Amino acid sequence: MSLLKPTPQVCSWTQALDNPRSLATYVAHGGYQALRRVITENISGDAIIAELKTSALRGRGGAGFPTGLKWSFMPRAFAGDKYIVCNSDEGEPGTFKDRDILRYNPHQLIEGMAIAGYVMGARVGYNYIHGEIFDCYRIFEAALREAREAGYLGDKLFGTDFCFQLHAHLGYGAYICGEETALLESIEGKKGQPRFKPPFPASFGLYGKPTTINNTETLASVPWIMQHGGQAFLELGKPNNGGAKLFSVSGHVNKPGNYEVPLGTPFSALLEMAGGVRNGHKLKAVIPGGSSAPVLPADTMMDCTMDFDSISKAGSMLGSGAVIVMDETVCMVRALERLSYFYFEESCGQCTPCREGTGWMYRVIHRIEHGQGRPEDIDLLNSVAGRIGGHTICALGDAAALPVQSFLKHFGHEFEHHIEHKCCMGGTEQ
Amino acid sequence: MANPDSNTLRLSQESLALIDAEVAKYPADRKQSAVMAALRIAQTEKGWLKPELVEYVAHYLEMPPIAAYEVATFYNMYDTQPVGRHKITLCTNLPCALMGANKIAEHLKQKLGIGFGETTEDGRYTLKEGECMGTCGDAPVCLHNNHAMHTHLTPEQVDELLDELK
Repeated sequence: MSLLKPTPQVCSWTQALDNPRSLATYVAHGGYQALRRVITENISGDAIIAELKTSALRGRGGAGFPTGLKWSFMPRAFAGDKYIVCNSDEGEPGTFKDRDILRYNPHQLIEGMAIAGYVMGARVGYNYIHGEIFDCYRIFEAALREAREAGYLGDKLFGTDFCFQLHAHLGYGAYICGEETALLESIEGKKGQPRFKPPFPASFGLYGKPTTINNTETLASVPWIMQHGGQAFLELGKPNNGGAKLFSVSGHVNKPGNYEVPLGTPFSALLEMAGGVRNGHKLKAVIPGGSSAPVLPADTMMDCTMDFDSISKAGSMLGSGAVIVMDETVCMVRALERLSYFYFEESCGQCTPCREGTGWMYRVIHRIEHGQGRPEDIDLLNSVAGRIGGHTICALGDAAALPVQSFLKHFGHEFEHHIEHKCCMGGTEQ
Repeated sequence: MANPDSNTLRLSQESLALIDAEVAKYPADRKQSAVMAALRIAQTEKGWLKPELVEYVAHYLEMPPIAAYEVATFYNMYDTQPVGRHKITLCTNLPCALMGANKIAEHLKQKLGIGFGETTEDGRYTLKEGECMGTCGDAPVCLHNNHAMHTHLTPEQVDELLDELK
């Protein structure tokens, strides 16, 4: 289970070791070798990007955008300041994988960010950490101190002219800061309100400078790819879906937790790893990629494999790999009511369709759940959701609309039952 | 504009040193980047962010007070109203709800005699409803005073926690 040989575990291998987060453990298993090699052998940025393209590494934060392509957008020859930013603002309900990288394998992330800095010619990086996981922020800061003292961060690394410094920035309770331009605004010390795109961060990012921003797991995968090659990473997964990935399994399973499995693993196998549906209950529905991903009924989900293409074909998104499992006791109206409240609460208020629409959706679902629904409410919800999606600056609007549309599509009968009978369907009281 | 030398507002040397360390993370002409950390540090020392304290922080970072207010009111872990000595923020989002967070919420409300967003009369506890804390695998979870997380909550565990918090 080390960096030295290809294993399905790209990011979680240190967890089997003593002192998983320590620099000594990481270095003893080949850590920082990839960084040393690319710097001292003066490997070109083009060659590293080509390796990432071969690997078919796709962004692990939700969008699944090819990482090699994203890196190629940076004006690497630009002589002024450039930045590497890591998005560890993990607030998508159901997602808790980056937390484990921060607390069990922080050095692999640091190494990945330093390699990114080398490729882009950036001298400074920031890791934006979700405000609610203060202990992980402290762990990451301690890892940064270790890396600086050992000469893996700082000036003239490995006796070359390459300098790279890295800092942690703690959020303080705003889901929207997981959106990359809101995150950049937040690092600048402002409200986290997303920017219009274009310009994209690669040309106008942090402090208006070219910036590459990637998810924690994405950046932490880079040292592995540089160590073992893009082809080896690709072969862990399947074409167009390279590598293994951390899946955060929560909800009604016997063993909730993170499971790192090759992309393309059948959902049924992942569910089994997580101990199966709790206490012998029956699977009802799964949200396969974090709360913003459309919900899928059990039968559809059981036919899926866990990769971007399979989940997309089934009508949802792999997203951040957050798998929320619901058994037959769940009232889908109540579940959607809670999710809708979340988007209402977390809308930054900048765009009218999202600010007003999330409130409308929450209030209408709330009244259905509380026995005051009207027959026309289902059409109203679909109408409001349809007027938010695609009409906002950032993806939060779509993220709020997709759950509503998918719950109504697959579980509309429960909403009708609530409206007609003013109560949950039998057996669904959760 | 608050007077930064006022004794009641002055932050301790320890807090100022922590803020200075945050300022050092950013380019010299970008002190405002440290405002989130500075407000967090100020809140940790003083309990909550009264307007004069937000202005003090803004003054310290050489930024307009309104810009610091915008930050203090946008991010939901800042308290711009007084809170009890112990703020319990319970996540009730879907993954936590599936694991019994609503029962924990009822238990907390009953035990403390307050609802979400309220503080006990003795000023000991404040109860808040939180959003996803990124720890859904250990649900249900809550935060104590923003920084200490408690996981796998049961009513018994909640009772023990409340007893510990004097």
